[in-house]
Amino acid sequence: MQQFYLKKSTNLKSTHYISHLCKINASAIWVDNQLVMEAPGNLFADFAKLAYQKFEIKYPKFFKMDKLSKLAFLSAELILRKTVKDEMNKNVALVFANQSASLDTDVNYQKTIDDRNDYFPSPAVFVYTLPNICVGEICIKHQLQSENIFFVTEKFNSELMFNYAESILNQGKADRVLCGWVELYHEDYQSFVYLVDKKGQIEHSIENLNKL
Amino acid sequence: MESLKTELKNKIIEVLNLEEVTVNDIDDNEALFGDGLGLDSIDALELIVLMDKDYGIKLTDPKQGKEIFQSIETMATYISENRKK
Repeated sequence: MQQFYLKKSTNLKSTHYISHLCKINASAIWVDNQLVMEAPGNLFADFAKLAYQKFEIKYPKFFKMDKLSKLAFLSAELILRKTVKDEMNKNVALVFANQSASLDTDVNYQKTIDDRNDYFPSPAVFVYTLPNICVGEICIKHQLQSENIFFVTEKFNSELMFNYAESILNQGKADRVLCGWVELYHEDYQSFVYLVDKKGQIEHSIENLNKL
Repeated sequence: MESLKTELKNKIIEVLNLEEVTVNDIDDNEALFGDGLGLDSIDALELIVLMDKDYGIKLTDPKQGKEIFQSIETMATYISENRKK
């Protein structure tokens, strides 16, 4: 564990802000606390497709992604499409976390190898049996080449997320940090992704992260 | 042969999750990789699994795969000559 995380930091003041926030759960999407889409009664796969169409994403590789990657991708897309537009502002790091890692896809992959008489492991499913792949999908789409990390923790660890993002910014390793909790297992899912920036309305603090 | 080509197109769309592609969008002689349908290396592995699972054809030589997976036409020809299912 890196040294900065060992420091007691609950009283640290940040000079950074949460400039944008996207939340997805229960077939609804909020961007900056505004409800931008609601499609109750849909399975996640159908809901994700509806969101893809509504927001005119135009990225066919989206349909090859596993559900966790779709959740992370959609959450990030609705922030980055308006904040990362040219080479000058691509210096964005990513700090993501969840509880179930890639378990949803792990289970799907296991089904392809359970039966020795029907043994056809799927390469396309296998590549998503790591949770940090969802971060890679975001980086590929937006050509982000800065730091990225994916934590697996029992619940959203605001102190860890705060400290890691602050460390990246304070060391000058990125100009902004896209942080997020993207949890998905079967049809239970929840994401909140936020951009830590030099400007914004909400102070980047552990207290405020706990309110997200 | 025509029905096999249509079957292949449907299977490829389904297995490779080509959500925005229809059977009519795929030309029999269009390149599956590169500038054509734009498939990637993971798609190639899925096509190898598809050949094994649905037609009982095991491909082990990568060079062979490159020739077979040039287009729907080449795939259908190879399957019709070598299928065990």
